[in-house]
Amino acid sequence: MKTASFINIGERTNITGSARFRRLIHAEDYGTAVEVARQQVEAGAQILDVNMDDAMLDGEAAMRRFMNLLAAEPDIARVPVMIDSSKWSVIEAGLQCAQGKAIVNSISLKEGEEQFLDQARKLRRYGAAVVVMAFDEQGQAETAQHRYDIAERSYKLLVEKVGFAPEDIIFDPNIFAVATGIEEHNEYCLSFFEATRMIKRHLPGTHISGGVSNVSFSFRGNNVVREAMHAVFLYHAIDAGLDMGIVNAGALPVYEEIPEDLRVRVEDVILNRRPDATERLLEVADQYKGDGSSSSTVDLSWREKPVSDRVSHALVKGIDDYIIDDVEELRLESDHPLDVIEGPLMDGMNVVGDLFGEGKMFLPQVVKSARVMKKAVAHLFPYIEALQESEGAQKNGLVVLATVKGDVHDIGKNIVGVVLQCNNYEVVDLGVMVPSQKILDTAVEQQADAIGLSGLITPSLEEMTFVAAEMERQGYKLPLLIGGATTSTVHTAVKIAPNYSGPTIRVADASRAVGVVSNLLSETQRDNYVADVRREYDDIRANHMDRRESANRYPIEEARQHPAPVVWAGYTPPAPKKPGITTLRDYPLDEIAERIDWTPFFQVWELKGKFPKILKDSTVGETARGVYEDGQKMLKQIVEEGWLKAHGVVGLWPANSVGDDIEVYTDESRTEVLAVLHTLRQQTSKDRGRPENWALSDFIAPKDSGIPDYIGGFAVTAGHGAEERAAAFEKEHDDYHSIMVKALADRLAEAFAERLHERVRKEFWGYAPDEELDNDSLIAERYQGIRPAPGYPACPDHTEKRTLFDLLQAEENAGIELTEGFSMWPGAAVSGFYFAHPDARYFGLGRIERDQVEDYAERKGMSLADAERWLAPNLNYEPGAAAPAAAASTS
Amino acid sequence: MATNNDSSAAPAIDPAARRQRIEQLHEEMKQRILVLDGGWGSLIQGYRLEEADFRGERFKDWHIDLKGNGDLLNLTRPDIVREIHEKYLAAGADITSTNTFTSSRIAQADYDMSDLAYEMNQASASLAREVADRMTAEDGKVRWVAGALGPTNRTASLSPDVNDPGARNVTFDELRAAYREAAEGLLAGGADILLIETIFDTLNAKAAIVALEELFEEMGERIPVMISGTIVDLSGRNLSGQTVEAFWISVEHARPISVGLNCALGADQMRPHITDLSRIADVGVSAYPNAGLPNDLGEYDETPEDMSTALKDWARDGLLNIVGSCCGSTPEHTRAIAEAVRGVPPRPIPEHNDGALRLSGLEPFILSDGADEEAAATPGA
Repeated sequence: MKTASFINIGERTNITGSARFRRLIHAEDYGTAVEVARQQVEAGAQILDVNMDDAMLDGEAAMRRFMNLLAAEPDIARVPVMIDSSKWSVIEAGLQCAQGKAIVNSISLKEGEEQFLDQARKLRRYGAAVVVMAFDEQGQAETAQHRYDIAERSYKLLVEKVGFAPEDIIFDPNIFAVATGIEEHNEYCLSFFEATRMIKRHLPGTHISGGVSNVSFSFRGNNVVREAMHAVFLYHAIDAGLDMGIVNAGALPVYEEIPEDLRVRVEDVILNRRPDATERLLEVADQYKGDGSSSSTVDLSWREKPVSDRVSHALVKGIDDYIIDDVEELRLESDHPLDVIEGPLMDGMNVVGDLFGEGKMFLPQVVKSARVMKKAVAHLFPYIEALQESEGAQKNGLVVLATVKGDVHDIGKNIVGVVLQCNNYEVVDLGVMVPSQKILDTAVEQQADAIGLSGLITPSLEEMTFVAAEMERQGYKLPLLIGGATTSTVHTAVKIAPNYSGPTIRVADASRAVGVVSNLLSETQRDNYVADVRREYDDIRANHMDRRESANRYPIEEARQHPAPVVWAGYTPPAPKKPGITTLRDYPLDEIAERIDWTPFFQVWELKGKFPKILKDSTVGETARGVYEDGQKMLKQIVEEGWLKAHGVVGLWPANSVGDDIEVYTDESRTEVLAVLHTLRQQTSKDRGRPENWALSDFIAPKDSGIPDYIGGFAVTAGHGAEERAAAFEKEHDDYHSIMVKALADRLAEAFAERLHERVRKEFWGYAPDEELDNDSLIAERYQGIRPAPGYPACPDHTEKRTLFDLLQAEENAGIELTEGFSMWPGAAVSGFYFAHPDARYFGLGRIERDQVEDYAERKGMSLADAERWLAPNLNYEPGAAAPAAAASTS
Repeated sequence: MATNNDSSAAPAIDPAARRQRIEQLHEEMKQRILVLDGGWGSLIQGYRLEEADFRGERFKDWHIDLKGNGDLLNLTRPDIVREIHEKYLAAGADITSTNTFTSSRIAQADYDMSDLAYEMNQASASLAREVADRMTAEDGKVRWVAGALGPTNRTASLSPDVNDPGARNVTFDELRAAYREAAEGLLAGGADILLIETIFDTLNAKAAIVALEELFEEMGERIPVMISGTIVDLSGRNLSGQTVEAFWISVEHARPISVGLNCALGADQMRPHITDLSRIADVGVSAYPNAGLPNDLGEYDETPEDMSTALKDWARDGLLNIVGSCCGSTPEHTRAIAEAVRGVPPRPIPEHNDGALRLSGLEPFILSDGADEEAAATPGA
């Protein structure tokens, strides 16, 4: 009977939970989407959960549109709405369309108290109840105590500081997946129940909610088992005090009606009653399964199915073991080999595309699917050629991709290429360091539908601007897509787009590439889409201009009056134990591998989260585990079979600062200057939050102090051999492993830099011989001294790399070349300076004014125009424009 | 701002005096039923004003006809506005509301007078303040000025386009900004209370509430708020479709001193809905019905006697904390109502701490706490 008081929140109008709803919203079929809401209410949903969180969607606009349409339907609008988003702006858009009192799902302490309180106060004004997630600055709470502690802390803030009524507070103590095969997960339900009880006991008046379908995540594809898990979970959770849940109300079996054997096994899992509970549930799961496959055992039953089903299965699951045989079988059956591509293969890839679009497949799986597809097509290709019908399959369109001149980074670009190909676009990939004219000529020759530029280092931004200007000059009309880690929508809107009258669009990551390209190539959507983007970029430009004018900066002379607070009194700079150059050829890879920071590895695969937590993530955990396992396997091969070579070089020299420059001397006599390093100083004024204006030269003792100081430099690579390996994989149509080897080479180079820095501190320079830090502390940089890299925030000028490389003779000593854009080759390389002073810290230069750039150009013996080009991302003024007042006058 | 209007002679507002009046308001509400004034339309019509009266000297060359812009009289005929306040206060009203029903940036757009919105509100409140203070100085009886925030002529929940139910002709933020500007003017002019009235679209009222909450936070003090909705048909829903209870749940976060209904209905038609509100609201209840429903000629013909007799019953049945009248009423109605409720104790304000989670769509949704008790109380649990 208690279920009578349990509130069903309809989940089918949640874009993250319902593939159908998601499709409807994407297709802008709001009429049918409203019908989904109506069905939910008719089926007994007492509250409607509305969620428009989707990377490919303007969530605010979709939320507004849908809420406004619901308001016009009295038989739907009669129930309250749960405005569900992880984005505050979307929540606010929803609230502004809700005349009734809604529930907001959710806010949390994830970003700290200040934001939490700010959002809570706004909710008070809108008049909404609120779901608070058990999430704080440390992350999502897993233990009962942590879940409760967050609830208690949130409760106090909401009730005492914001004036929330306890009954308007709804806690979501996190429903996580169980039966994942990971032991720590077994307790998740019990700790949810326990936390629920604690909250109900100690925080009276509050309510408890949760997303129930999370619990059965590991049984995706087996709805019978999933629904049984939901029913059993709810039975116990409601007993513990769960008041409401986001559920598919129509699909909840009654606890008592679950077959007893299944119910007991499910209950063993939920209540963690026996260590083999998960295995025992897996044993019987297949008997109840409708379709899909079990999660762990190798199940070959799909081989029994008709061949077209087998191909589809192989594509979706990324299994390439049988694909050649299956494709051959299809070819023999069909009139024309092209039919195989256009039929079963494309059907399978469409499924993959849909699943990826719906967030049901993740990038590593898609890349594996592409590998299967490529192998299949490669097998068919000779037959197609033999029939002299080389037009190929009907393609959606053709995109020319290139990493721009001066840049060698291509992992992201390669992923975009794979994803586009998966979606039936033809891709001509020109590789790395591609000159502008070659990109433009290729686009004409291939009759391309769009050009995509990629780059990782900041000078590439300038090159992209140049390409855009060339396209304009030569009368191109093609859409220009901008991608890569240093690109940003703001940069694209402010710097690139104004140079080109054709559509210029930034693509934030690979998953968005398909959406952007399909919009651009769609007869019906193209004009609106381009107009929307233009409008958005116009706004960004307008905002950007406003912000720039309001920024308050010191003239450089004044900024120099408040340098970094480095204490020289009582500090004797330690002399290097091993001065001069030290080269390290063929550095042992196993030693480096231990130092890998894995979090960025997952970023390559567009999986968001911190390592190792990401492996347990309820959404991407399974995929993360897969790609991590594959990565570990390849890493082992790299180390054991010596796939890659790591070389490094370190230099340690006497040095002193002179103003914002650092003089590097040939020897202790400090009479002969070996090289001068030029640093840049922050100009942000105090009222913008920084009491000082730092430059890297502040960390080196001034020449006139008479204190003998030192500076170091290094360059390392782990990339020798990576290109060859990657090329070999590509030849086998295996993009997955090609991307993997490059990603690992990058990680190894970073780890090598970390390991070398440690050895410098302990041995070569030797100022911290007794340092004992574990890998996490190393990753968190809890040591004395820094190693800033030219091209990064503290010293954004890439051209300083030339000076560093000359000092180190890095070409001969470590086999690392510099391109004309000052990108390192091989790409898996790291270089930088060493500063040893205990007060040395990383910082960002921020924006600088013309007075400093003029001074810097003069110090460096560079033309002002060159200096402005290399420092473009940091300029707080338009080069060539009249000097702005802010820099000229004292603020 | 106001450069040449003849109403700006009002003294600067004394915040301490306002604080004291607000304290007295809370005190008096416990003691008796407070009387709110009546309608303005019939009275203004009585002056038989022509286009030139509305224009005055200041707007004599205005490019749009101004006859009918009653709120403009705050600037061009302050003498009339003063006189009407005087009549209502002399008839026994404790609270007089400002002549600002359409003084918002949004509503004044019809006359291309959006930029005068602040000035109209400020001028109107200072006229009411001036009259109230003068009369208080004469007899010592405190009188309050309620700054009226009308509904505007646009709706945030309803589409103006029958072919596109998702379309809107005003955004929440536009409403919020318009209410904010009006409220600032009213407070600068000397209002003691802010009255969000004639709410036919709850979402408009929610925008007003956000605006007021933001303003109060910046001021560092709260000004009493009254909220008054409008039921547009006999089924008991407002124009945007909410029931009275759903309406109250949607606006109770404003922590008003009263919630109630006004306009559209006569006392008889309004009574069941006031009864509902009286049952559920844990704040004061206000009612200011029209003088009946309009007759065939569009006139309101409920006499002061009819109205006051009905409202006396309400008062005796414990439904009321604040009472007045709306369209079609005159100072005579106010006099009769004030006499009718004199000595009748106010509705006791219930304390609702049942711990229920209250939500609303068009209808209320209530999740009572203590699922255990409920289950125990359910047969067969």
